Amino acid sequence: MGSLLNDSLVIAPELFLIVSAIILLMLGSFKVKNSAKIVLYLSTITLFFVSFLELIMPWDISIIFNESLIENSFSRFTKSIIFMSSAFVIILSSRWLIRYDEKAFEYPILILFSSLGMALMVSANDLITLYLAIELQSLPLYVLASFRRDNINSGEAGIKYFVLGALSSSLFLFGASLVYGFTGSVEFFEISKVTSYSEVSAGLVVGIVFILSGLIFKISGVPFHMWTPDVYEGSATPVTAFFATAPKMAAMCMLVNILYGPFADSFYSWQQIIIFVSIASMALGSFAAIKQTNIKRLLAYSSIAHMGFTLIALALPLSPSNIQALLIYMLIYLVANLGVFSCIMSLEKSEGESVKDISDLSGISKKYPFIAFSLSIFMFSFAGIPPLAGFFGKYLIFRSAIENGLFLLAIFGLLISVIGAYYYINIVKVVYFDESNSSITKSSSKGLSITNIACTIFIIFFIIIYTLSPIAELARLAGISIN
Amino acid sequence: MLDWNLLSIITFFPLLGALFILVIPQNDKEVSKRNSRSVALWTSLITFVISLILLFNFDSSSSSYQFLERVVIADGLMTYQMGVDGISILFIVLTTFLMPFCILASWESVKDRVESFMIAFLVLETLIIGTFCSLDIVLFYLFFESVLIPMFIIIGVWGGERKVYSAFKFFLYTLLGSVLMLAAMIFIYTSTGSTDLIVISETLDLSNSSQYFLWLAFFCSFAVKLPMWPVHTWLPDAHVEAPTSGSVILAAILLKMGGYGFLRFSLPLFPEASHYFAPFVFALSVIAIIYTSLVAYVQEDIKKLIAYSSVAHMGFVTLGIFTFTAQGIEGAIYQMLSHGLISAALFFCVGVIYDRLHTRKIADYGGLVSIMPNFAIFFMIFTMANVALPGTSGFIGEFLTVIAAFSVSKPVAIFAAIGVILSAMYGLSLYKNVVFGKITNETIKLLGDLTIREKLILFPLAALIIFFGLFPAPILGVISVSSNSLVSFLDIPSISLTEAK
Repeated sequence: MGSLLNDSLVIAPELFLIVSAIILLMLGSFKVKNSAKIVLYLSTITLFFVSFLELIMPWDISIIFNESLIENSFSRFTKSIIFMSSAFVIILSSRWLIRYDEKAFEYPILILFSSLGMALMVSANDLITLYLAIELQSLPLYVLASFRRDNINSGEAGIKYFVLGALSSSLFLFGASLVYGFTGSVEFFEISKVTSYSEVSAGLVVGIVFILSGLIFKISGVPFHMWTPDVYEGSATPVTAFFATAPKMAAMCMLVNILYGPFADSFYSWQQIIIFVSIASMALGSFAAIKQTNIKRLLAYSSIAHMGFTLIALALPLSPSNIQALLIYMLIYLVANLGVFSCIMSLEKSEGESVKDISDLSGISKKYPFIAFSLSIFMFSFAGIPPLAGFFGKYLIFRSAIENGLFLLAIFGLLISVIGAYYYINIVKVVYFDESNSSITKSSSKGLSITNIACTIFIIFFIIIYTLSPIAELARLAGISIN
Repeated sequence: MLDWNLLSIITFFPLLGALFILVIPQNDKEVSKRNSRSVALWTSLITFVISLILLFNFDSSSSSYQFLERVVIADGLMTYQMGVDGISILFIVLTTFLMPFCILASWESVKDRVESFMIAFLVLETLIIGTFCSLDIVLFYLFFESVLIPMFIIIGVWGGERKVYSAFKFFLYTLLGSVLMLAAMIFIYTSTGSTDLIVISETLDLSNSSQYFLWLAFFCSFAVKLPMWPVHTWLPDAHVEAPTSGSVILAAILLKMGGYGFLRFSLPLFPEASHYFAPFVFALSVIAIIYTSLVAYVQEDIKKLIAYSSVAHMGFVTLGIFTFTAQGIEGAIYQMLSHGLISAALFFCVGVIYDRLHTRKIADYGGLVSIMPNFAIFFMIFTMANVALPGTSGFIGEFLTVIAAFSVSKPVAIFAAIGVILSAMYGLSLYKNVVFGKITNETIKLLGDLTIREKLILFPLAALIIFFGLFPAPILGVISVSSNSLVSFLDIPSISLTEAK
């Protein structure tokens, strides 16, 4: 009993999240008047609070619930970021949600449950827990993708995401069963024990490949990326903002956990897979984005490319500085994405209709100089132009690659980032150089503006923030705790 | 020597001015335009004064870095290491000197989004000065590369008809060159454990083959920036489409960042590789000098002609640098500084007539001498300086580099000397077609001569070009100690190389 209490204390933030999500669900179902607004505010506060809680909880390693969950500085740090970005997504969506459907209180609650799944994904310590966590994260996402009930594209996005998500789950499960068959356990510690003293068997490698396929689907790496553009395009813009941020972070951290955890000793079996996925994602993401006219499809390909860049850090032997680089890159990616979506959502084509095409943005610099400015800053940051945050993310990643001798991968990544720069600065061109032709209006709310300003400041003054704040130190601690 | 962070002040003062423009109330459009112009002008003037203080406190008898500042920032990612020596200090002064003129030149020609234009220019000034001050490779890259952002905006927003194409070409060309340099910089960091240039130059120990690769990576970046033949094609486009002050900054200062990069990084960090690739650079320089001079001759667009002539003049710079002699390096720096003044002056001249006639075609002009006599005089001085007539600053630089080339390789020097003649060919024919001849275009008769504002821009430039043509000593005095120490540093490995053979 004592150990159960102790274990529960370790995951107090998650427990708090579950309880509040259920209470909010009740609140939304039974209290009719203004329920959506109240649920919206409370869930935002909950997520911020939980994020803060993760930071102040003890960061030392603790393995709980029969070794099914692990808490260390890595999971604490990443969960804090995940909750924080989910909270910002709810802030971004609030205006859209109230206008779309005043009674749709489910939206923030779905995000809460999905965030809970992400938190468990990060701290899972055996394959079963991991699978359950993935499903807990994914099911709300399927619903969110088809949240606009009156829109056919949204329904299509939901179905597509669901079918392909189910496929990826089945790949993962098949791989997990193979791993269980060849190592005799689903627990990460047991698996790594077995692989450390015996030869890596072919069956285990096949199992790893299947598990990786399932997981790479979640980060939308090539060749399991097909769903991304369609789902991004079809979903409502706030939902896309959510897809592009927290789940990506969670899936990446889960990859770190599983690759450097149970499969650490089979490094040479999976390194090539990661390198391939990394190169393919960078190349496809960069080239395919060039021809896109829809801004959300463009962001989808851009996120594929960014996942490719992040995977470079995973293709290296484990070292704290590589993990640090990966986490900083993902953090910058999340902030820049939140910023971009806050810009897009601040603009409307006509009453209630959000901007879709890149050409809709033409000439907004004259009407709305700040939105144009911040959007351009995010684009330059995506392209990795100094002194913006994106440059430091790329710098850290490529430094890790070159330190570990992967020169060709680094040079390929750098060259492909020039191609990426083309479509990013193309948006700057549309915003600044083109003549204004459309009837774009601003529909900003306080939440949107605050998020936009906060992200812009983070991206521009990243170097100062990185010097003065403990982010670097926290990420390093997180990196050290992976072993 | 002063020790109150003069370099940081001079670097970030323009940024402060830009922030100030941002908070100017925009109630009245005209008033806020006027205010932002004067804020920008005053900021750049004060920056120039500070740079003069810097120059007067600079000890030109020492070859070591001065005004050093050092803070480790960003979790050890880089050090904020600032410092100047004889090679960099004059580039800073050149930048701060030209900036007020650029702002004056765009006083009336830029009518649209004046506030943003001024902010972009002041930010650009900060980044350029930062590039010349930084003694940390990552910090250098930071400044060097971020110049792209304001320049992209300046060309794209206030540029001519094909502005989008030119802005993209400029951006992507330069970025492509630079990412390889970034890879090389990271490699240097991983092999020395430091990004601080002073530490690196003491500890860097590379095998010859890795030196060659790193040298090439740096070369890609600086060759595009300078630009050298055959990667110069972005320059004519960018020049033609940029607004006058944008062209001035581009030709007068941004190009110099490439030459400065060779002197600051390629030569001291990779001496063996520099020696190894010197013939290759000579070949490219000679092609640049002769080929682009010929290309310049057939241009119909004035700005394009000057742009190609810039490429040719930069050929002398690379030629001088890679002779590894004191004369050559001093000549190269002198050439860069004087070309900074001359090309700026020429672009200002083009701006003067473009503002009146709104065409850059040579054929549309002719006979300006009778309508705009003052302009004709100034334009003649600058054309002569561009042709490197003795008595102008252009002569000293080309003379020194050609002499240095003679001591290294006679054929190269002869070809370079032919380039001087070719520059006379296109320069004089441009002058003849624009200023002399019959007035074919009736609207020219209605034009007025130089205004006071334009005289204010052109007169100091003409005075300096002639002054430094007659008395090169003040400039050479500042650069000689540093370039001599660079040369003596370069000699040691070359001797050991021959001994090894």
